[in-house]
Amino acid sequence: MNVRLYLLQRATAAIMAPLVLAHLVLIYYATSRGLSAADILGRTRGSLVWGAFYALFVLCAAVHGAIGVRAVVGEWTPLRGRALDVAMWAVGLLLAVLGLRAVAAVVL
Amino acid sequence: MADTIEVSLWRGRGDGRYQTFTVPRRESQTVLDVVTWVQRNADPTLAYRFACRVGMCGSCAMTVNGRPRWTCRTHVARVVEDGRLRIGPLANLPVIKDLACDMTAFFEKWQAARGVFAPSATRAEPMARISPASPERRAADAAIECINCAVCYAACDSVRWNEAYLGPAALNRAWTLVNDVRDAANRERLAAVAGDGGCHACHTHQSCRELCPAALNPTASIAALKRRTVRAYIWGEL
Repeated sequence: MNVRLYLLQRATAAIMAPLVLAHLVLIYYATSRGLSAADILGRTRGSLVWGAFYALFVLCAAVHGAIGVRAVVGEWTPLRGRALDVAMWAVGLLLAVLGLRAVAAVVL
Repeated sequence: MADTIEVSLWRGRGDGRYQTFTVPRRESQTVLDVVTWVQRNADPTLAYRFACRVGMCGSCAMTVNGRPRWTCRTHVARVVEDGRLRIGPLANLPVIKDLACDMTAFFEKWQAARGVFAPSATRAEPMARISPASPERRAADAAIECINCAVCYAACDSVRWNEAYLGPAALNRAWTLVNDVRDAANRERLAAVAGDGGCHACHTHQSCRELCPAALNPTASIAALKRRTVRAYIWGEL
């Protein structure tokens, strides 16, 4: 962990705080209204706003999670230096790809 | 009060073992008294460190029943469990012999954190006038009484898990110098504590604050370093 990674992790956390709250409110809203999958997709398909909201969420989560996992792996395994950075990028890219695929699935 | 206590002392180096002695129990006995009794009456080959024996030098720091403490300032009555004591060298440092550990890495990290004053003036210039009430001086004074006993270093989980981590004492010292307005090396110092193994590796477990025998708060110093380095990074000073 260094100042650059620390700042990125804190900044993505700050961005995600309101996004998580909005996400929770959305889930509550959708379930309490008894919205079906078709109902939800009807609202998200073709929506730039939903696409942007969740794409931002996914990218922040990918960065935040990758840095956090790097710290844990660095403390609990013998991985160091370059190997650690490779592991971090691998986790980040995996989360980003999986997340953006999910966003694409509901927006496109 | 029972007549004796069973004391297990670490013997050997990293691959040693605990050896148990039966030691007479006395009123107001400290753990250092116990270790000294063993060395003088039971086994003169026992290696351990002490100096002032009055709680101001930090030399007698050892692990007592799992926690790092100054043994001269630890009453047996406070720590004895079921008539037993377990005493070992400080954790997170290589063992030289028995209860004495190798402090080299601890001091090297102090240097690596730039915990050294860099003068900005010479003896030819007038003395700097520093108000003890200024915010910087108050911040420095709150952390400056560290005598580098390594109790915090031995207590720290992050030190245990991350061999590159500079540790609470080195970072605490760096913070006191960051607040010394006479110092000329602040740019290098902030860079030294902002890299891998720097202040950002701290997870705020606060074992250092909890166990510091001088009642210092390295966690607070490290938190302040985190804020200062982030600010410097954003402003392009790092």
